[in-house]
Amino acid sequence: MAKHATPLLDQLQSGPWPSFVADIKAEAERRHKNDNNVEYQIPVDVCDDLLGILELSYKDGTTHWKHGGIVGVFGYGGGVIGRYCDQPQMFPGVAHFHTVRVAQPAGMYYTSDFLNQLCDLWDMRGSGLTNMHGATGDIVLLGTTTPQLEEFYFDLTHKMNNDLGGSGSNLRTPASCLGDSRCEWACYDAQELCYQMTQEYQDELHRPAFPYKFKFKFDGCPNGCVASIARSDMSFIGTWRDDIRIDQEAVAAYVGGEIQPNGGAHAGKDWGAFDIEKEVINLCPTECMWMEDGKLKINDRECTRCMHCLNVMPRALRIGNDRGLSILVGAKAPILDGAQMGSLLVPFIKVEEPYDGIKEIIEGIWEWWMEEGKNRERLGELIKRQGLAKAIAAVGLTPVPQHVMEPRHNPYIFWKEEDVEGGWDRDIADYRKHHQR
Amino acid sequence: MADPKDIVIEFIQSKSKQKSKFYFNDLAALFPEMKMRDAKKIINQLVSEGVLEYWSSGSTTMYGIPGTGKQAATEGED
Repeated sequence: MAKHATPLLDQLQSGPWPSFVADIKAEAERRHKNDNNVEYQIPVDVCDDLLGILELSYKDGTTHWKHGGIVGVFGYGGGVIGRYCDQPQMFPGVAHFHTVRVAQPAGMYYTSDFLNQLCDLWDMRGSGLTNMHGATGDIVLLGTTTPQLEEFYFDLTHKMNNDLGGSGSNLRTPASCLGDSRCEWACYDAQELCYQMTQEYQDELHRPAFPYKFKFKFDGCPNGCVASIARSDMSFIGTWRDDIRIDQEAVAAYVGGEIQPNGGAHAGKDWGAFDIEKEVINLCPTECMWMEDGKLKINDRECTRCMHCLNVMPRALRIGNDRGLSILVGAKAPILDGAQMGSLLVPFIKVEEPYDGIKEIIEGIWEWWMEEGKNRERLGELIKRQGLAKAIAAVGLTPVPQHVMEPRHNPYIFWKEEDVEGGWDRDIADYRKHHQR
Repeated sequence: MADPKDIVIEFIQSKSKQKSKFYFNDLAALFPEMKMRDAKKIINQLVSEGVLEYWSSGSTTMYGIPGTGKQAATEGED
């Protein structure tokens, strides 16, 4: 028998989709049964009370959570998000219901041993409820009490060799795609760079001093499997500077129907014979491809790395050999001013240990944003307020055509005093010799 | 230069009637000659020493003197 009647929540279970209500109910039942004899360190009816408070919120049409708090582990300013309910007598199991963020492994490769350990730990010291993964990409563990935080953190770090993720005005847990580990399109080792930057900027990850949140994401190629261009303040997207490598024999095999396009991904339905003109050449956004004497030609200068042709014909077209990454800045979700995609800051940079060039760019941007950013102002909002030119100057770059989103958009050029011969001072008497009042 | 701890505490106490939590920028502004990332080290040192504590909403982090403000007592965390 459920602790609280939840008619409104029960209705949510009636649809055809998996339901979080059914999942929480199942977890509530499992906790009460306790087949594994877990020594629960937080109330056994935490899941029942979570359903109860949610039902009340639906009934009242308002939240009963108070967000934010002083909770955390010693020395860390992020990783734990305090949550308290405003009806603790009615729902004692969720009087404290803090969220813990845990760093996910790069590329989200798990061993079942790690997952078992993590779930066992969270069954004992938390509600057992998890969110794999949060919007930023980290492991989100939902619901525990303040006294459990240090205990949980000790086991996480000492027994599982893992760490808390980022929250608050911190560098958030960096995320990367699978990168070199499985993907032939990876232009750099995204997992390695993600790991190295995570280690390098531990202080920024755990001790908040930014105006607001800051996210790094690493995409091995412009397919953007972690969608860094939309989801991170600073986005690292693999690219190449030379030409797409073409295997003309394989092109002919695709055209002749010997190799399935898209690696056979759309083979479940008969789409007719592969038509390279219709399915590849005419879809090129910069129209830089054509067939000549049965051979595929590409004007690589015009290629904007949309990746479509490489995706359709992976055996015929391959990424170039002179590889590195582009850095884009300023993407964010819509809280102020609507959502923004990243703007190109560095068109190309090689990815080479010890990554000093990349670190210089990162630190240049941070210094500018920390100095100029208002409280709760994302990097993208600062760029919009002061202009991309300031961001470019902050990292010591000079503007290049790739920084221009569209020509003739803004006709003003603002000269700096040092760029003008004689500066702003002039001899007015000399001027008046040639110009009347 | 005066002890950073005194500078920060004096500032926070002078504002204590209006608010109990401060943004990093408010505190970093007390050290105008310092780069922001150096000011961060000083302020974080004060947190490690227990002079200041973090308060986080989950999206934004603020700093205050431990135990001040209403929340600590309300949640039974003091």
